[in-house]
Amino acid sequence: MNAIYILWLRELKRYTRSRAQIIASLGQPMLYLLVLGFGLNPVFKRAGYGSYFQFIAPGVIGMSVLFSSIFSGLGLLWDRQFGFLKETLVAPVPRIQIMIGRTLGGCTVAVIQGLLVLTICLISGFRPASWIAIPVAVGFMVLIAMLFAALGVIFGSSLQDMQGFQLIMNFLVLPIYFLSGAMFPLTNQGKILGFITALDPLSYGIDGMRSVLLSAATFRPAFGIGIDLSVLIGVGTILLILGAWRFSKIEA
Amino acid sequence: MIRVQNLVKTFGSFTAVNDVSFQVEAGEIFAFLGPNGAGKTTTIKMLTTLLHPTSGSIQLDGLDPRTHQNQVRQRFGIVFQDPSLDGDLTAWENMEIHGVLYHVPHKTRRQRSEELLKLFELWDRRDDQVKKFSGGMKRRLEIARGFLHTPKILFLDEPTLGLDPQSRNQLWSHVKRVNEAEKVTVMLTTHYMDEADRVAHRVGIIDHGKLVTQGTPAEIKEQTETSSLEDAFLKLTGSTIRDESAGSADQMRQFAKMWQQQRR
Ligand SMILES: Nc1ncnc2c1ncn2[C@@H]1O[C@H](COP(=O)(O)OP(=O)(O)O)[C@@H](O)[C@H]1O
Ligand SMILES: [Mg+2]
Repeated sequence: MNAIYILWLRELKRYTRSRAQIIASLGQPMLYLLVLGFGLNPVFKRAGYGSYFQFIAPGVIGMSVLFSSIFSGLGLLWDRQFGFLKETLVAPVPRIQIMIGRTLGGCTVAVIQGLLVLTICLISGFRPASWIAIPVAVGFMVLIAMLFAALGVIFGSSLQDMQGFQLIMNFLVLPIYFLSGAMFPLTNQGKILGFITALDPLSYGIDGMRSVLLSAATFRPAFGIGIDLSVLIGVGTILLILGAWRFSKIEA
Repeated sequence: MIRVQNLVKTFGSFTAVNDVSFQVEAGEIFAFLGPNGAGKTTTIKMLTTLLHPTSGSIQLDGLDPRTHQNQVRQRFGIVFQDPSLDGDLTAWENMEIHGVLYHVPHKTRRQRSEELLKLFELWDRRDDQVKKFSGGMKRRLEIARGFLHTPKILFLDEPTLGLDPQSRNQLWSHVKRVNEAEKVTVMLTTHYMDEADRVAHRVGIIDHGKLVTQGTPAEIKEQTETSSLEDAFLKLTGSTIRDESAGSADQMRQFAKMWQQQRR
């Protein structure tokens, strides 16, 4: 228990100490939100979908949670590079606890990051359907964060060094983001795109957040909250188990 | 306390540890010596559950690191050859994490951390992030951290690398102290033969993955008809300089391996 706590705390300390990085990591979501959100707003409205700014805000929140949770899992690669990983791997603590501590820490950081972006959204004019929706949306952030932190751990434990990082970024993280419907409505898609987006777990997270944050009049859910929750929890659990298993096999 | 029989480790087609057998008795200080790339670190990694042996058997306090990972991990402490600190945390926080991971009770943890940081002259810098430390300071912190808990077996892989004579002296007196007072079994590697000669009860010399000889420093000197351990070492391992890093073929193999499943 103490081991889980101290490793969770470590992730948090590392996060709060890298102020420059926090600010940098908010730049990208703000760009999407403000430039695309306001830029595409007229077109989107004319097409009869309502406000694009309202629409993209949950997508941008989902993006920042995705990025920061997957990177927390991939933080394993950094720790391997700088050697700290070894110190935890030989400690007389079951590896599952080490993995849980790290992953919970990564999730917490990702959710904080999501909350920061949510705050920026609210400041720039985003209005949720009701204020009670916010805690429910935070619940979705937690599920998204767990799922992708676990995915990060799977890749972080399987790669030997940093060279794979760019590949993961280009062939995993960005596709997950762009195919999730964070930027476009998932309803009325063609068969192929519809099929691919349904395979992307982030689609369900963002669909869920939109379902709670946007009013029923302006947003029609692609899957529905029940399916969103089941997929996120189901896939998240499987990935966590896989991640724990990969982590238990790491050699240094 | 440590029993190694016919231990082999191969990386691809390269054999890093080749049929090594030795024993370290409880309470003994055993120096594992050899030129760069001889296979010392690889052996220690197998003993400390970080690598799976290709073949052969290992027992630490009667337990096999392959099947009883957690129990084995409860029995040893290690100072790694390569850095293993968290640079974003302070010296004190690095000590704290170690103490918690090794179940050192809160009060003992604070008290011993303070003693050790003072001993290795890091107390004044305890609240500084480790990434701002010099190489020697980082090394001293790794060592201080290694002594925070009292294991049954202590592995020290080139602990004196990059240390000044004062710190080296502190280190070895401390090693002797815990060995005598707390009966800690020690297995160490070093390139300073005089240190090994002074500290170790027994010495094993490894070269190209093979154990060339083992015995007390006196026995080894006698056997090679030399007057110092350094001369004995040079006589046994030759005087050509070794390259520790893997060859380019090895590196390509490693790159290829990156994308494959990690093997057991
Ligand atoms: N993961 C690895 N992959 C390939 N070769 C390795 C690996 N680890 C060590 N080696 C090789 O094994 C040999 C022994 O290395 P090591 O045990 O670190 O030597 P020492 O600690 O005695 O200097 C070296 O030639 C090294 O390049
Ligand atoms: Mg070595």
